[in-house]
Amino acid sequence: MTPMATPADPTRTAHLTDDRPVIEVEHLSRRYRDTTALDDVSLTVQPDTITGLLGRNGAGKSTLMKVLTGQELASAGSVRVFGQSPLEHDSVLRRVVFIKEGQVYPDISVRRALEAASWCCPGWDHDLARELVADFDLPLRRPIKKLSRGMHSAVGIIIGLAARAELTFFDEPYLGLDAVARHVFYDRLLADYAEHPRTVVLSTHLIDEVANLLEQVVVIDRGRIVLSGAADELREHAVSVAGSSRAVTEFTTGRTVWRTGSLAGQTVSTVAGPFTDLDEARAAAAGLRLAPVSLQELVVAATGRRRDAAAELSA
Amino acid sequence: MFDEGTPLFVQIAERLAGDVVDGTLPEGARVPSSNEFAAFYRINPATAAKGINLLVDQGVLEKRRGVGMFVVPGAREQLLAARRDRFADQFVVPMLAEARRLGLDLAAVLASVEQTDRALPDHDPDRSGPDSGSVLTQTPAVVPRTPKEAS
Repeated sequence: MTPMATPADPTRTAHLTDDRPVIEVEHLSRRYRDTTALDDVSLTVQPDTITGLLGRNGAGKSTLMKVLTGQELASAGSVRVFGQSPLEHDSVLRRVVFIKEGQVYPDISVRRALEAASWCCPGWDHDLARELVADFDLPLRRPIKKLSRGMHSAVGIIIGLAARAELTFFDEPYLGLDAVARHVFYDRLLADYAEHPRTVVLSTHLIDEVANLLEQVVVIDRGRIVLSGAADELREHAVSVAGSSRAVTEFTTGRTVWRTGSLAGQTVSTVAGPFTDLDEARAAAAGLRLAPVSLQELVVAATGRRRDAAAELSA
Repeated sequence: MFDEGTPLFVQIAERLAGDVVDGTLPEGARVPSSNEFAAFYRINPATAAKGINLLVDQGVLEKRRGVGMFVVPGAREQLLAARRDRFADQFVVPMLAEARRLGLDLAAVLASVEQTDRALPDHDPDRSGPDSGSVLTQTPAVVPRTPKEAS
């Protein structure tokens, strides 16, 4: 029942030459004693794409990233990164950088931390690292322990970008960073990604902010993938329907309704697609207004209380 | 900056087309690269490339290998013609629908259109008359902008 992520846009020439997915996950489960962190997860990530891994706290995003970087074991299923198991596979891990949420560093200065990172990363770009340090106004001599929360996050972002690894994981990389600093991150990520295309997987709560940066989206809820596909196409998964309550009810009968609210004879409902031209014509004839929902709304709808509805949608 | 109603790459294409129509991007001019667009609008480069390719498919832009993307000669006229074709659907139909809801008859609508036209700062008396020539051979003083661009 779990969908495979749709392959990246085939019109992008970069993908024509190398279409082997960077990440291939099949029926992956990760169980702890009494909880299931990942439940039959299957997905693929194409090379040179930016993929958003979205979901609520505790949905399994971090566990998935840890399994993909060989820091957690799979209880069942198979995981391939660059075609091989990431577990203790140096040739795979050398090509990967993982910026963890709340990464703990040894008790050293910022300068030493960046230096150490540069030794581990074959693609490290010193100039980019220097520019990023200036962008984030990072005090190089200060011990990492004495950095503010935001500065601490900036260290991770600098390492993640300057490493220029073929596969980069950012797990909630910007806790404590203000809006200005977050936009520095977005700009730098886009600019460097454009010049040096690589595969980036980014998990975040700030869906509205990153929606336009993403080419692929994977939405995970309670360990299961509830939505995945090209960011452009996900919007077709659901619409909001507004109009007289009777017309809305008539239109939405037989469809999965995620959310609905009524006031004074008017109803607004978020309903699952797909919608044909005929559906749209019918809605227009009934005086209904159809509007697309944002990625954020879609994720909220797919990971909200109506769990069964979300599962149905992805089926 | 973008609305949710249309896929992002379509909006990129619409903006570029708008720039060609209003002369910001003259025919023969080099169009910024998809990476430049991506950086400017903070969007994924693949999305920007998709928008640009939409206009290549429509014959508005052409790729010159190794040099970049350029506006095709005649592209402006082509875009204008396409927009004129869509004018009734995009603007007149919703206007008449609203007029009917309000109980305005056709004469009242036409009177309102004329009155508004006269009040516009760039009012062109030659354009108002019935013998002002074919609309198709004239460049409108006000380039129709789609509601999406206006927002």
